[in-house]
Amino acid sequence: MTTIKGRVRKLGDNIDTDIIAPGHTLQLPMEEMKKHAFEPIFPAFYKTIQEGDVIVAGKNFGCGSSREQATAVVKALGIRFVVCDSMARIYLRNCIGLGVYPILSQGISQLFEEADEIEMDIQRGGVKNLRTGEKTHFEPLSGTPLEIFEAGGILSVLKKRTEKKS
Amino acid sequence: MTIVEKILARASGRSKTSPGEYVTAKIDVAMMPENFRLIHGIINEAGIKEEAFHLWDPDKLVVVTDHRVPPTTQATAENQKLIREMAKKLGVKYFYDLFQGVCHQVMVEKGHVRPGELIVGADSHTTTYGALNAAATGIGASEMAYVIHTGELWFRVPETIKIQIHGKLQEGVHSKDILLLIAGKYGTEVAQYKAIEWTGSVIDEMSIDSRLTMGNMSVELGAKFGVFRADQKVMDYVKARTDKDFDPVESDPDDVYAEKYLIDGSTLEPMVALPHNVGNGVRALEVKDIKIDQAVIASCCHGRIEDLEIVVKVLKGKKVCPGVRFYVAPASWEVYKEALDKGLLSQLIEAGVMIGNPSCGFCTGIQGVLAAGERCIAATPRNFKGRMGSPQSEIFLASPATVTASAMKGRIVDPREVM
Repeated sequence: MTTIKGRVRKLGDNIDTDIIAPGHTLQLPMEEMKKHAFEPIFPAFYKTIQEGDVIVAGKNFGCGSSREQATAVVKALGIRFVVCDSMARIYLRNCIGLGVYPILSQGISQLFEEADEIEMDIQRGGVKNLRTGEKTHFEPLSGTPLEIFEAGGILSVLKKRTEKKS
Repeated sequence: MTIVEKILARASGRSKTSPGEYVTAKIDVAMMPENFRLIHGIINEAGIKEEAFHLWDPDKLVVVTDHRVPPTTQATAENQKLIREMAKKLGVKYFYDLFQGVCHQVMVEKGHVRPGELIVGADSHTTTYGALNAAATGIGASEMAYVIHTGELWFRVPETIKIQIHGKLQEGVHSKDILLLIAGKYGTEVAQYKAIEWTGSVIDEMSIDSRLTMGNMSVELGAKFGVFRADQKVMDYVKARTDKDFDPVESDPDDVYAEKYLIDGSTLEPMVALPHNVGNGVRALEVKDIKIDQAVIASCCHGRIEDLEIVVKVLKGKKVCPGVRFYVAPASWEVYKEALDKGLLSQLIEAGVMIGNPSCGFCTGIQGVLAAGERCIAATPRNFKGRMGSPQSEIFLASPATVTASAMKGRIVDPREVM
C-alpha cells in the first residue's frame, strides 16, 4: 500500500535550518530539541503537531547548514513526508539518509492550505488535495537514493557493511 | 567534461560521467568539525558494534574542534571531551583541537585540500575548497559516519554552470559583493544541485583569500560544488603546504556547460543582503538610515589576512562609532599570528575593535549574541532569522569593507563614503 494520507502543515519559502533547528538547541536531547523546532517563526510548533502530519512548504526548504538535526527533529515530531516546491541539496540528502520522504514538485505548495488533507502515492508519484480534489505529480525517488531509503536509511546500510566485514 | 565531471569520473573509476548519473565515488579527504561528537551516538543508536567501526584510512579524516571555542557551557565541555576520546580511539591522525581555527581555513592552510580531489565535510561550507580546484561539498553527520568507515559515497553527477566575471572590480568592491549580487539577481537557487565554475578576468585577478570567500558562498546559491581553475596562484598556495602529489583538473574547451552567466565586474557596487535571506541583496547606497548595534567580521567566509588588511585600510586610523560593538575574529591562529606580526591587530584595538579568537561562534549565536531589536552588519555567510541570537534581531550581510565603514558611521553605508 503506497497511498498515504495526512494533515497539511503549511510553511513558506526559504525555511532554513536555523529556523527548523535553532543553533542554541543543537546540544539538547531530542525530546528537548523538538520543543524548539521552527521556533523563530512558529513558537511551540511541536504542540500543534499530530503524528503523521505532512509539511507542505514553498521553495528551497532546508537551505543552510548541514546539521542533520534539522531533518532528525522533523522525523522526531512524527512527520514522515516533506512536500515542497524545491529543497536544498544537503537537506534532501539528509532526508534520504534519515528516512523522511521528500516530495518535490514546482508549484505544489500553491495547491494546499493549512490543515487540508493530502493524499500521496509514492509509487506512482501522485499527490492530491482531498479538500479541493486538485492533483499533481512528482518524481518518486529512484536509483541509489531509493535503495538507501528502502533499506531504512544510510545507517542501516552502514550497519550491514560493518557486519559483513566482522 | 567539466572539472567536476572529471573529478567524479576519476573518483568512481570511470572514463566518463554525465549529469544525472548516480556514481559511487572514493573520497580523497573527509572533514568533520565539532559535530564529530555525534559519531559516537550515531553508531550506537544504529546498533553498530563499536569494535566493528573503524576508519577506512586514518590519514584521510581531518577533525577540527572549532564551533564552540572555548567552551562556555558544561554540555560543550563534555562534548569536546568525548571528541578527544573518540579521536584517540579511532586513531584520527589529523585532529586539530581548539587552537587552530575555523575548520575550512585550517583545511586549506594545513595542506589538506589539493587540486583535483574529491572532498566531503560535515559542514555546508565545505564548498570553500573549490577555490583550490577541489570538488568539495557538505553532507550530514550520518552520511559522514558512512564515509569515514567505507571511504565512499554516492553522488548524482551535477550539471555545471559557468559564471564568468569579466572587467575589473572598482575600488571598494570585493568578492562578497559579487556573491550578494548574484544571490539577489538570480536567486539563492540559481545553482541548486549544480556545480559552479567561476571564471573570468576578475577571478584571475583575485587573491586566494577572495576566491575562498566565493567557494564558501557557492552553497548559498544552492551549489553542490563551486570550483575554480588551478592557476599559478593556486599551485603556489598548495605546493607551499603539502608534499603530496596532486593532479589539477581543467574543463574541456568545448561547450560543456548547462548554462552560462556573464557578469560585468566593472559595473558592480558594494552590496548588502537585508534580513533574513542571502538573496535579499541591494546596493549599499540604497540602504538609508539603518543604525547598527554590532558589526562582525569572522567565520569561514571572512577573517582571512586580506580581510583584516581591508579593515585597517578602511579605518585609516579612525575610531569605531561609540555604541557600536565591532568584533573581528581571525579565521585561524595562523591568520591571527600573521595579523599580529604585521601590526594589524594593534591598529584594530586602537580603533576600538574587539579581537575575537578564531572560531565559528560569532556567526552562529555562540559569541557576540544579539538581543531582541538589535541590528548587526556582518561579513559572515548567512543572515537567517535568529542565527546570531534573538529571532527579533536582524543581520545584514556585507563585505569586510562595508562592515568596517558601517561600524565607523554607526549606520549602514557604502564603504566609498569613508574612503
